[in-house]
Amino acid sequence: MTRQKRSHHKLKRAVAPYLYLSPSLLIIGLLMLLPMVTVIAYSFQNSAVLRRDPTFAGLKHYQAIFDDPVFWASLWHTLYFTCMSVIFHMTIGMVFALMLNSDRINPTLRNILRVLYILPWLFTAVIIAVIWRLLLEPNGVVNSILMQIGIIGSKVEWFSSPETALHAVTFANIWAGYPLFMVSLLAGLQGIPKDFYEAADIDGAKAYQKLIFITIPQLMPIIISISLLDFIWTMQVFPLIWITTGGGPIYSTEVLSTYTYKLAFSSYNLSQASASAVVILLISLGLTLFYIRYQKAR
Amino acid sequence: MRKRHTPKDRLITVALHVALAVGLFFAAFPIYWMLSSSFKSNTEIFALPPTILPKAFTLEAYAAILGDPVKLRFFFNSYFVAGTVTVLTVLIALLAAYGFSRFNFRGKGSLNTLIISTQTIPPITLLIPFFGLVVSYGIFDTYVALILTYLVFTLPYAILLMTGYLNTLPRDLDEAVAVDGGTSWTALWRVIVPISLPGIVATSVYTFLLCWNEFLFALTLTKSTSMRTVPIGIQLLMGQHAFEWNQMMAMSVLGSLPLLLIYLVAQRYFLAGMTAGSVK
Repeated sequence: MTRQKRSHHKLKRAVAPYLYLSPSLLIIGLLMLLPMVTVIAYSFQNSAVLRRDPTFAGLKHYQAIFDDPVFWASLWHTLYFTCMSVIFHMTIGMVFALMLNSDRINPTLRNILRVLYILPWLFTAVIIAVIWRLLLEPNGVVNSILMQIGIIGSKVEWFSSPETALHAVTFANIWAGYPLFMVSLLAGLQGIPKDFYEAADIDGAKAYQKLIFITIPQLMPIIISISLLDFIWTMQVFPLIWITTGGGPIYSTEVLSTYTYKLAFSSYNLSQASASAVVILLISLGLTLFYIRYQKAR
Repeated sequence: MRKRHTPKDRLITVALHVALAVGLFFAAFPIYWMLSSSFKSNTEIFALPPTILPKAFTLEAYAAILGDPVKLRFFFNSYFVAGTVTVLTVLIALLAAYGFSRFNFRGKGSLNTLIISTQTIPPITLLIPFFGLVVSYGIFDTYVALILTYLVFTLPYAILLMTGYLNTLPRDLDEAVAVDGGTSWTALWRVIVPISLPGIVATSVYTFLLCWNEFLFALTLTKSTSMRTVPIGIQLLMGQHAFEWNQMMAMSVLGSLPLLLIYLVAQRYFLAGMTAGSVK
């Protein structure tokens, strides 16, 4: 190659990656970053979207949100829903993974059970919501079984009484979400070197000691990163709650996403909804920074 | 190192199997109930005591769904939108992943962080500006609106998934093309794409599922019944005939078929995609 040709080749090499990335960056820039700037702008305008020449509103819409008791209730419900979901996803996922990983069950049974235990994961949120509405109908199968065993005395309206609704949607979400933990932890368990356990056996370690001193510390990186992601995603849940309770009765299952949605598309107060959406964005961003820092530290 | 079969040891094995059965009931009963209810009549669904197997097996709910052009249209819309987005996403992500995997360039690290962090942007935050954009460009209630918005959510995952896959392929392969005087573009199509099929399949599966499941944007950016997708269709069904539970269950079974089939046929790719965001 001549020198000129080589430098031409070099230039091509330098430009090429940007060309390959350009369609993606164009889409992410125009349809993700730009809208994020737009929603922040909306939150400082009066009658955003609805009027062509919106006026500047200052922090008015944020003030309105922070003065709204329903917003605080939604925040609390979101926290309860998310924390309970993550804790139980992790616990159930861990227990199932350990059970499936045990050498006390035969391999065929293990493979069948693994497929069946993943089942809840294969259904979309809307379908999960519909299934649980059928199960938890006042005349439904859950009430009828619980009454037969004698746990409850009369029919419970799980989704339509304020005392039980939040627990009911949280339970449905716990059921729907544990397989992510189970699958990841199962993969993690298979990655722990066998000699760790053999060494512990020689020292006469009991099963629970092996669990606490070998298994759990080895799985810690997976547990932490999945918990963080699960937390961020569960916080954003919309369809499950929208279809089961719609945020009711009397706001008892209102979460940040349904609160924001109603502001925007039931009250058509898009400015205030934008302010609420920005608050959700800030919470997510905070958690995301934490997640990325953790991933980089690994 | 299993030791003697002491009574205590056997007891533990029995206890484990009991626990497995309880777990199975927890995981599978709701789904079994959906399936069996879809084959029952509406009165039988709420019969007391509940019938575990349909006593009078009937396909009337399926016939009602499949005989109704409005509902078939929901399925067409879902397949069409998810299919189109999958093709576009895989193409665009493949190019980006190739750039990330095979080149060193300024800003690579920060771009990668940007793409990882976009995965966690709350959909509800983007919904309001999207609504504003879609209305002002006159594409409200069209396929274009859904396809463009879905692309934004599928792309970051697809790029990460494809980059991860391309990183596992040895670099000498495309370097051989460079030695022969070929460009990186030739190397991509002649060498990389043919051996990347497993990665492409995993990415497609995951992208398709994300689109198939999407609810919030389909709910907000479409309006006419002929533009609705399956998840919205199920919700509409619930509003219109609140007590046609067997039809709702039949529609749910039909709406879950693509996921179940993909899972059964391509379990490995499915799991690779589903855990892609979380396990790096």
